[in-house]
Amino acid sequence: MRALLLTAAAAMSAAVPAAAQTVAVTNAKLVVGDGSAPVEGGTVVVRDGRVVAAGRGVAVPAGVPVVDAGGRWVTPGIFAGFTRMGIVEVDGVSETNDAGAGSSPFNAAIDVVPAVNPKTSAITLNRAEGITRAVVAPQARGSIFGGQGAIIDLGADMDAVTKARAFQFMEYGETGAARAGGSRPAAYAMLKNILFEVRDYARAPGSFADRGKDALLTRADAQALVPVVNGVVPLLVHVERASDILVILDLKREVPGLKLVLVGATEGWTVARQIAAAKVPVLASALADLPASFEQLAATQSNIGRLQAAGVTVGIGMINDDETRQARLVKQYAGNLVALGKLPGAAGLDWGQAFASISSKPAEAMGMGGEFGSLRPGRRGDVVVWDGDPLEIGTAAVRVWIDGVEQPLTTRQDKLKERYFDPKEGALPKAYER
Amino acid sequence: MIRTIIGITAAASLAACAASAEDKPSSAASDAPAPRGPGKGKGFDHNPYPSTYKAYPGVPTLLTNVTILDGEGGRIDNGAVLFRDGKIVEVAQSIAAPEGASVIDGRGKYVTPGVIDVHSHLGDYPSPGVQAHSDGNEMTGPVTAEVWAEHSVWPQDPGFSRALTNGGVTTLQILPGSANLFGGRSVTLKNVYARTMQGMKFPGAPYGLKMACGENPKRVYGGKGRMPSTRMGNIAVDRGTWAKAQEYKRRWDRYEEKGGEAPTRDLAMDTLRGVLDGEILIHNHCYRADEMAIVLDMAKEFGYKVGTFHHAVEAYKIADLLKANGTCAAVWADWWGFKMESYDAIGENLAILEREGACGMIHSDDANGIQRLNQEIAKVRASAKRAGFEVSEATAWKWAAITPARALGIDKVTGSLKAGKMADVVLWNGNPFSVYTRPEKVWIDGALLYDALDPKRRPVSDFELGQPGEGDVK
Repeated sequence: MRALLLTAAAAMSAAVPAAAQTVAVTNAKLVVGDGSAPVEGGTVVVRDGRVVAAGRGVAVPAGVPVVDAGGRWVTPGIFAGFTRMGIVEVDGVSETNDAGAGSSPFNAAIDVVPAVNPKTSAITLNRAEGITRAVVAPQARGSIFGGQGAIIDLGADMDAVTKARAFQFMEYGETGAARAGGSRPAAYAMLKNILFEVRDYARAPGSFADRGKDALLTRADAQALVPVVNGVVPLLVHVERASDILVILDLKREVPGLKLVLVGATEGWTVARQIAAAKVPVLASALADLPASFEQLAATQSNIGRLQAAGVTVGIGMINDDETRQARLVKQYAGNLVALGKLPGAAGLDWGQAFASISSKPAEAMGMGGEFGSLRPGRRGDVVVWDGDPLEIGTAAVRVWIDGVEQPLTTRQDKLKERYFDPKEGALPKAYER
Repeated sequence: MIRTIIGITAAASLAACAASAEDKPSSAASDAPAPRGPGKGKGFDHNPYPSTYKAYPGVPTLLTNVTILDGEGGRIDNGAVLFRDGKIVEVAQSIAAPEGASVIDGRGKYVTPGVIDVHSHLGDYPSPGVQAHSDGNEMTGPVTAEVWAEHSVWPQDPGFSRALTNGGVTTLQILPGSANLFGGRSVTLKNVYARTMQGMKFPGAPYGLKMACGENPKRVYGGKGRMPSTRMGNIAVDRGTWAKAQEYKRRWDRYEEKGGEAPTRDLAMDTLRGVLDGEILIHNHCYRADEMAIVLDMAKEFGYKVGTFHHAVEAYKIADLLKANGTCAAVWADWWGFKMESYDAIGENLAILEREGACGMIHSDDANGIQRLNQEIAKVRASAKRAGFEVSEATAWKWAAITPARALGIDKVTGSLKAGKMADVVLWNGNPFSVYTRPEKVWIDGALLYDALDPKRRPVSDFELGQPGEGDVK
C-alpha cells in the first residue's frame, strides 16, 4: 500500500495542500549529507518545514504523516553551489536573460532578486531532478563587480528567494582584467578604488558624492558593498589561476573582515595549503580538466579531491558551465569524483564526501551549513526520495519536499515526450494531444 | 574512379560504400573505347592532403573473462577478445591464448569498441581557447564550402588526450562551425597524436560537408546586414548554391568524359559536386523538426542525400520521417534551452529514434562532453527505461560505435569488435554505463595508447609540456 502511494506520488502531488510542512520518511537508505555513509533503515522527520531528527532508530512523533520509502535512497535536497538559475529562460534570447547587464551604470548594486522567476523552465526541470536550493549569482559585465546574488529554493510556489542579497559576486583573473579595462593590475586598481569609495560612503553616507554615470561606483553600489567590507556578506570571487588565487587571499590583509569564497579555482590544488590556511572555502568546477585558458593550465579533475585532502571546505559550483539550466549535472559530477578515486595518481572523493560536495559543503561554503545541505536537526526540510543511488546516471527523484512541502515533478519536457512518444499524427493534429 | 581519392587500397571498399551514385559499370572497362577526357572523377586530385597515419606497433593481446559489447548490438558475458597486428582476430566466449600474447584478465570489466564522436571541434577550437586559436568558423560569408576543417586542425590540442584517456575516444570527426550555411569540409581523425594533421587523418575516410540550418547563419549574416537574415533566406541561399553546383557538376562531368578545355576550378563547388556524386557525406546542423523536413525535400530537389542531422534536438518529433529518408540524427542526451531552437529538447530523443527504428547516435560537440559519451548514452538508456521501454546495453553502445562509424563512412573498417576490423578497443574498469567507471586501457589499431595504470602511457601534448600539471592525471 505504501509502495502504491510512492508510485502515485507524482500524479497526486499537485493535490497536496501547500500548508503540509510536516512529514516523516521511514524505511530509508538514509544519507544525512554531512559526508557520512548512507545508513539502512533510516528515518527523517520534518516538522513545520524543518528537520527534527534523522537517522536510524528515530521515532516518528504522533500525528506526523508517514511516507514509507521502501528501502529507497533518501537524502537532503541537492544544494547547487553556483548557478544562474531562475533569472534566465533561454540563454540566447536576450529578453529572457537577466544574468548580466553590460551597459548598466550600476555594478555592485545590481540585485538578482527582482529577476528571479519561480516559473522558469530551469527551476521546474531541476526540481524534478532533486535540486532544492541554489546559489544564484549575477554575471559581472560592466565592472569587476557583478552584483548581489541570492539563495533560492526551487519550490513550485511564487516565493523562491530564501535569502536575498546573500553575497556579492566579483570577477578577477582574465575576466576581471577585461572588465576593468584590460589588465589584472587595472582590475586590482579598480578594486582598491572601490574600497576607498565604500569606506568613504560608510563614514558618511549622506555626504557621499555620487558622480552618477561617470563614477566607478554610484551611491547604490557603495551601499551594497558596505556589508561586504564589514564582513557581513560573503564576497564570491571567480578566480582560476594559482597566482590570482593568492592575490585574492591577500585581500584579507587589506580588508580584515572580508568573508571570501573562491569560485572556479581550477588551479586551486596547487595552492591548496594556502587556501586552507586562509580558511577560505571554494565552490569549484568539478570536472574542468582542460587548459581552456592560460589561467587554467593546471586543470585536473583531481582539483576538488586534493583541495579536500588539504582541509579546504569545497563544494561543487558550475561557473560558466551551463549554470543557467543544468544544475542537475552536479550529481553526475560528484559521481565522477568517486570514480576518480580508483585511478592511481588521481584524487577523488569517497561517496559520502562526494554527496556532501553537492549538499552540505556548498552550503557551508556560503556560511549557511546550519540552514541547508544536510538532514541534521534544524535544517530546512528539503528531502528527496530517489529510485537509486542519486549520484548514478539515470537515477530519478521520485518525491521531493522543500521546506517540508511536497513538490510537483512534472516538466514541460515530460509533456513533449508524452505527445511524441509515438511521433505519428493520429485522428487529430499533435496540437490536440495533451 | 574512387581509388584516386583514396590513399590506400585497403580502404577502397569503405569509400565505395559511401559513393551511392556509383551504380553504373565503370566506363573505363578495357573493351570500351578510350574516353577523350581524363575520366570521371579524374579531372583533378581529390586527395591532395593525404593521410600519413601509421598504426603504432602493438603486441598480440587477449582480453579474457570480460563483458563484451561489440558495438553492433552483440554482447558476450565472460567472453574473450583477441587482437594482433592492429586488427581484431576473434571475439568469442573463450579463446586459447596464442603464444606470446599478452593476456589481460578482464574480470568485472567491460570491453567495447573505441568511442566514435561524429561531432567534434577539437583541433579547430583547441585549448587554450584564445582568439589566436579560434579556427573553426570562416565567418566571412554564408557559403564557404571551399574551406576544409583539416587545414585548421592544431594537432597539439590537449583536448585530444582528454578524449582518449577519460572518454575512450578512438575516432572523431572534426567539423567546421555552424555560422555558415555551407561551413566547409570535415575531416575524420584517429585520436592518435601526431606532428601533423595528416598524421592523424583517418586513412580512406570520406570527407563530410558541414551545413547548418536555423538560427546561427541568419543571426551571423543578418547581423552583418546581409543575406541570409531569415530562415527563408537560409533556404534561398542554399538552393541557389545547389543550383550552381549542379551546373558545375555538369560542366566537369562533361569535361571528364569528353575532354576539351577544363572548366575553371571553384573549390567550393568541388565540394558540392562531391556531395552530388555521393563521394562527400552531408553533416547538417539542424535543430528543429520542421527545418529538417524542409532540408530533406531540398536534398531531393537537388539530388543529394542528407546523411546525418547534427544537434537534432527535435528529431523525436519526426522519427518516422527520418526513418523513411534513411537519414540519421546525431544528438546530445540532455542539452536544452541554451537557444530558442533547443527549447524543445527532451531526454528521450535518442530513445524514441531507437524505438521507431530510425538511425540515431550520440555526439558531443564539446571538449568536455567528449570525455563522457558513455555516460551520455547511459542517460538516454535511463530515460528510455522510465518512458517504458528497455534499450539493452549492447544496443545502446551502437550509438557511440557502429552508427557513428556508418555516418562517417568508415563502418567497414572500425566501429565494432569484428574480426578483421581495426583493433580500436577500450577496456573499462567496470560497467561503462555507470558514473563510477573509467577507461582503464585504450588501444588504437592494436597499439596501447592509454593505460590508467601506467603514467608513461598517458599522452602529453607539446602545449602542456613544461606547464603546471604536466603529465598529471587529468
